Amino acid sequence: MSTDSDLKPVINESGIEVKPLYTEEDVEMSGGIEMVGNPGEYPFTRGIHPDMYRKRPWTMRQYTGFANAKKTNERFKYLIANGQTGLNVAFDLPTQIGLDTDDPMAVGEVGRVGMAVDTLRDFEIAFDGIDLEKITVSLTINGAAAVLIAMYLAMAEKRGYDITKLRGTAQNDILKEFIGRGTWIFPVEPSVKLVCDTIEYCANNAPKYTPVSVCGYHIRESGADPAEEMAYAFCIAKAYTDGALERGLDIDEFAGRLSFNFNIYGNIFEQVAKFRAGRSLWAKIMKEEYSAQNPRSMWLRMIAGGGGNGLYAEQPEVNIMRGAYYALIGALGGAQTMALCCYDEAYTIPSEFAQRLSLRTMQLLAEESGLCDTVDPLAGSYYVETLTNQMRQRMEEIMAEVDAQGGIVKQVSEGAVQSKVSAGAYDTQRKIMSGEIRKVGVNCYQIEDEDEHEPKYHPYDEVATQKQIDSMNAVKSERDQADVERTLAKVKNDAESGVNVMPAIMDAVKAYATVGEITKKLTEVYGGYQEPIRF
Amino acid sequence: MKSNIRVLIAKPGLDGHDQGAKVVVRALMDAGFEVIYTGLRQSPEAVARIAMEEDVDVIGLSSMAGSHIQFCRRLKELLEENKLTDKLWIIGGNIPKRGYEELKALGLDGIFPTGTHFQEITDFINENVT
Repeated sequence: MSTDSDLKPVINESGIEVKPLYTEEDVEMSGGIEMVGNPGEYPFTRGIHPDMYRKRPWTMRQYTGFANAKKTNERFKYLIANGQTGLNVAFDLPTQIGLDTDDPMAVGEVGRVGMAVDTLRDFEIAFDGIDLEKITVSLTINGAAAVLIAMYLAMAEKRGYDITKLRGTAQNDILKEFIGRGTWIFPVEPSVKLVCDTIEYCANNAPKYTPVSVCGYHIRESGADPAEEMAYAFCIAKAYTDGALERGLDIDEFAGRLSFNFNIYGNIFEQVAKFRAGRSLWAKIMKEEYSAQNPRSMWLRMIAGGGGNGLYAEQPEVNIMRGAYYALIGALGGAQTMALCCYDEAYTIPSEFAQRLSLRTMQLLAEESGLCDTVDPLAGSYYVETLTNQMRQRMEEIMAEVDAQGGIVKQVSEGAVQSKVSAGAYDTQRKIMSGEIRKVGVNCYQIEDEDEHEPKYHPYDEVATQKQIDSMNAVKSERDQADVERTLAKVKNDAESGVNVMPAIMDAVKAYATVGEITKKLTEVYGGYQEPIRF
Repeated sequence: MKSNIRVLIAKPGLDGHDQGAKVVVRALMDAGFEVIYTGLRQSPEAVARIAMEEDVDVIGLSSMAGSHIQFCRRLKELLEENKLTDKLWIIGGNIPKRGYEELKALGLDGIFPTGTHFQEITDFINENVT
């Protein structure tokens, strides 16, 4: 065996030094195996279910949506026909920030990065013919989440589903939007208030619905390391939890319906340790800090996906292999749901072909490779157990730092987290440029004829945009205008008085008020958001 | 080579992916430029107005979500109206090659797709701002 001094030191992204060899002693030194336990039992390091994939493989839920509701509905059906087991809806940017299709700011953006939504009618079309009990739907919506959750519930109710039994998820994590992704609408405080409104409303009216999926994912995409990704997500989840408790809800009434979204790109063992460490840390937080009694409240339920930031435009086919390893990470990490970025996604909205390849990648792992046979197969590895302990410790340190500096809401309001995360992105980028971090096809093993590998672009559909405007106008001409005005006035009134705005939004949505009309009423009360620019 | 070069980095349209923009801002600051970063969701009108108010030498756009051509068409009109066409106009991000010709015809001086080395951007600015 060589001595350590012969070898170049290896520090993982989370700042932990990686040794060339691990033994039992390393596990002991890092805290032992006290937190490992059994799958399905506290502290859930090995998984939230006792049998995990042996009982049911992860849900495959590719992020999908473009142009209008009709085209998106066709793609949904294509993916379901190809074996996809959940839906994950992409909305266009005007919808995401609460603008109607005919808003001047929406020019050139309608239907571009997702499906355009103006009224409940779009939801009726998008989910037409899809069995909402068999296929659960996740809405990737944040700024306008209260409105779109209301649309989803209203649509389901209209189709005869009992919403007290309806499952589904909304992303609805606004704090991370201020850190990365950027689809905020209102200032930080009313934005958090709206998230708490949806949690409270769902706890009382749609208790099986998951109103929030807290995203470390986008914080990582913005430059955070894996330990920071999970630590910041937990700080954010605690902020929503505190808000819901202030409403008088009991922790076990809603904590079991909180969900998470994490990234899967990077070092395989570091990510697997991240998931294992995160599961036990969240369970500990829920049990010890919040005195949760129901084990479900302690579950770190999650979609693991991506990882867009790990994909490159150079030699895009290499992204197919990257995706396969990312999916392996998700499976070894014990995710309940997975979504893979497609190989052409560094360029464009994924093609049908690219979507199918991503789906096949996950199916290959589930069907051919033995990933579903045994729960948490890396448990007991000296390396993975040591790293799991070290990652948990790193996460706890980061969370303590955030608390010491006034908490996550303050840190986000002041732009402090944003600044820290973007400094991380800059540091990584410099290391890629210097070759210190190696990226295959990007800064090593490059090729000359790069242009020949450019994927086909998803065309921007101008006709679909015009159709979307026409269909919104058609809905507007058919709806009961007095009903629209009455319900919109109530939205504003309830926002002003500070009560939960969800019932009023439900009524407005059912009257076919538009996303833009409802958002405008809220903006009149809450105001807009001024980004803190801080470097 | 001009000293104290002032660079505007703007996020056009509704796209919220600002990792690249912020990274470039940091790189330009480290290279000694004075950088004005607009934050998200700038309209063409806002970009032209800030460019004028801040008296910048370089107008830089960072676009990741594909709506940059429509944006640049409108911005070109505003740059002409406001006599800003002498500014160095550059764009970076997810910029498909098939749009390069139109962007150049609109007056873009430099196009820097994702992954462009910082040095290439700073050299380009230093060489072209007079």
